[in-house]
Amino acid sequence: MNELLLVVTIAGERVALLADAVESVVELDTLIPVPRAAPHVAGLSALRSRVLTVIDCMRSIDLGTTECSDGIREAVVVELDGHHYALLVDLVEDVVEALSEPSPVRAAMGPGWERIATGMVETENGPLLVVDVAALISGLEAKAA
Amino acid sequence: MDDLIADFVAECREMLEALGGEIVAWEAEPDDRARLDSIFRFVHTVKGNCGFFEFPRLEALSHAAEDALADVRAGRRVADGPLVSAVLAIIDRIGEMVAAIDAGEEMPGGSDEALIEALAEGAEGPAAPVATTIAEAQGKIAAPRTIRLSVELLDRVMSGVSDMVLARNELARRLRESPTDVPIDGAFERLSGIIAEMRDAITRTRMQRIENLFVGLPRMVRDLSAELGKQVLVDIEGGDVELDREMIEMIRDPLTHIIRNAVDHGIETPAERLKAGKREIGILCVSARQSGNQILIDIQDDGRGIDGKKLVEKAIAAGTLDKGDAAQLLPREQQALIFEAGLSTAREVTSISGRGVGMDVVRSNVERIGGIVEVDSKPGTGTRMTLRVPLTLTIIPALTVSIGNQHFAIPRSAIEEIVRANGASVTLERIGGAGVATIRGRRVPEVALADILGLDSPMKDEERTLIVLRPAGGDVYALAVDRIHDHEELVVKPAAPAVMATGLYAGTTLADDGSPILLFDPAGLAQVGGVKLEAQERTARIAEGPDLAAASQATQVILFRGLDGARRALRLSVVDRIEEVQAGAIKPGAGQLRVQLGESILPLAGVGDNELPADKVRLFRLNDGCHEVGYCFQEVIDLSILDHDVIEADWPGEISGVTLIDNEPAELVDPHWLFANHAGAASRPTGEQPVCCLPGDDPWMQNMLRPIVEAAGYRVVGDNDEAEADLVIVSGGTKVAKGAAGKTIRLRTEPDPAGAKDSSIYRYDRAALLVALKSAGGGRSR
Repeated sequence: MNELLLVVTIAGERVALLADAVESVVELDTLIPVPRAAPHVAGLSALRSRVLTVIDCMRSIDLGTTECSDGIREAVVVELDGHHYALLVDLVEDVVEALSEPSPVRAAMGPGWERIATGMVETENGPLLVVDVAALISGLEAKAA
Repeated sequence: MDDLIADFVAECREMLEALGGEIVAWEAEPDDRARLDSIFRFVHTVKGNCGFFEFPRLEALSHAAEDALADVRAGRRVADGPLVSAVLAIIDRIGEMVAAIDAGEEMPGGSDEALIEALAEGAEGPAAPVATTIAEAQGKIAAPRTIRLSVELLDRVMSGVSDMVLARNELARRLRESPTDVPIDGAFERLSGIIAEMRDAITRTRMQRIENLFVGLPRMVRDLSAELGKQVLVDIEGGDVELDREMIEMIRDPLTHIIRNAVDHGIETPAERLKAGKREIGILCVSARQSGNQILIDIQDDGRGIDGKKLVEKAIAAGTLDKGDAAQLLPREQQALIFEAGLSTAREVTSISGRGVGMDVVRSNVERIGGIVEVDSKPGTGTRMTLRVPLTLTIIPALTVSIGNQHFAIPRSAIEEIVRANGASVTLERIGGAGVATIRGRRVPEVALADILGLDSPMKDEERTLIVLRPAGGDVYALAVDRIHDHEELVVKPAAPAVMATGLYAGTTLADDGSPILLFDPAGLAQVGGVKLEAQERTARIAEGPDLAAASQATQVILFRGLDGARRALRLSVVDRIEEVQAGAIKPGAGQLRVQLGESILPLAGVGDNELPADKVRLFRLNDGCHEVGYCFQEVIDLSILDHDVIEADWPGEISGVTLIDNEPAELVDPHWLFANHAGAASRPTGEQPVCCLPGDDPWMQNMLRPIVEAAGYRVVGDNDEAEADLVIVSGGTKVAKGAAGKTIRLRTEPDPAGAKDSSIYRYDRAALLVALKSAGGGRSR
């Protein structure tokens, strides 16, 4: 009963999302900005007549801004508390099997990563950081609050 | 065992619900055997079941009530007020206990002995007032065949249908974009129709009769009035009006509060009422009715009314009202003070109302769901409160606007009016950096949407359009937007928390083209924009002067500058609205300039020999009741009144005369001439043509016959036109004024003549018609 993980690249780093939480992987073309929203909210997009709130993961980890102007972006669609979100990532790589339970990372991580990490898991391709989707979505503000 | 208990609870619940109204009715008529029996049956059933389930307290209560009621049934005792109250108290306690059993909680505390003792003959009513917690009606509709559904399932179906509608919209868009076969379109149309029907049906399942809300009222009023020593009769009407289930829950509290207020503060004690010459018993009318897509709930009492002066005094004392302003308040505005926070006319705080939760809360709760509360009160004779609430929450009529190239939606319920920032009746000023718009003498705080959102907009303040908004529980402000697009009915969904955190938005929705649109929360916009929304309605009103009020009696005209720069005026009553079109929409067609407005093409006047503006043309849309004519102009100067004599023009034409308006001469445009020349007839050169008169109100004549008559070389006039007709065409036996016309052609609808003398022509006999037209016209033109 090993969990499946979706391996994505955020800010050049390979990280894993729990595949159970992921609804689908899509390519977004339109992006409607939400003025005055938190900076990590990149905007709104529509997928099969549902409104998606698009989260810029890089911004959420405070590692810069994803370049959205060039059109189509890859995104991971997740559902949290009845709302659908699209997480903008650099790249969606693969689905792998977790070979261990998440264990804490004891080395010092960057401050952004620290906030969103739930732990480290072993996979066939070596250790991967498991990222907390809810923390990605809540962004930096949640920490301050 | 658990199943049996569940059955018992369900049975008790249902009986309690059914009893709710009966009990009060029984009190009014203690002799009513049928009602007494049903109450007796209830306690009896409870008693029987309790013994089986071992609920000793329930058993003791129901047993005591049963005994007392049995005495009444046997005629050993009379059902008087104290007995009824005691029985009610016991039934309430049973309701509480049943609810506790259902929820698996501890039995409510407190001794039952006091309740039981109160049943004894000559006892002084129940020791303590008991909270009324009769099991709430859940999905109960008094229809012959019903099933119980979980509300959650219903919500899921509803949201599924909403998604389906959105998916259909997207499919419709894709179909429009790509060339498709007719059969596909047909199938889609059918699907589309079915979905629409389903949405209606599912919306109706969410509907509940408002009776569910009303059913508890008699009981509530009864308990209240008993506590306050008043006598109140409740009259309920319109229980069959249906309303969204969610909406019913939303208005439950405000309605309860208003009724509590009415009983507590409105209706006087019997002694006071007698002194005032009224009947001892106060009457409280609660009625519901549907009006368009709104539900109106009236709560009317015949009590002492709201004392506006007292409210004003209180407001001044509380520092929320300035003495100077107070003097200017109209009685209606004085009464509206009741909705301001912290004001109450109650002399003392009672347990019923006046506990700090005031009418301001009622108002903001109602406004939050897009409703309105109105108050109308006559001191001494009573008060009427009216709640207006929309039928449903999920579909919101909205106006789409844009800043730069991004679209947003504004709920229409909050929009008071829309004006152009550069209009004549609007001025924009900056006071200490804050925007103030003066719209027809009213000063309104103004904010630019672009500034609130921090978006770049190339547009200057003066070019924008102002939307005057009245957010829930606040005063008006003007929002400047770049452009206004369309009215749409939007299926609104809550937005993600990160979006809602901005405080600006009420939800998201999808436009017809499938792109997401954000729906604004007008109150949030104001807050972020720094507009203070404390209800300061009064201060916004600056002296408008008495002359404006008087002006409504006089003929109102709209003063404008024509394309040639001349100052002209048009009677306001013929101006339907002002439109702005692209210059490309104006083209010559069928003999004169015409303008396309949406799906209609109107004759266009007011151009003369002038060049049309290159990009946009503004025009009045004039309406005489059946025809429309466009009239171009450069700019609107102002609204004014016709208060000077009109110097008539020498001959009839576009201008009927000149007059002084605001001390400058202005030409008065003659709408009659405009319609006669542009709408009544084709503007071909007149004179040489013979004139034919057709009844203007006969659609067949106008639509079918007219083209033939015109093709035969006639100029067609209506029967109201004054031009002398060479030929009159009428149907059947219509009388024709002799001497007014040269010749008459009569048309009949049957192919065969009615008799030998019938000279009429069958109306589809084209050959005979043409011959008749030719011979009639020949006399004059050739």
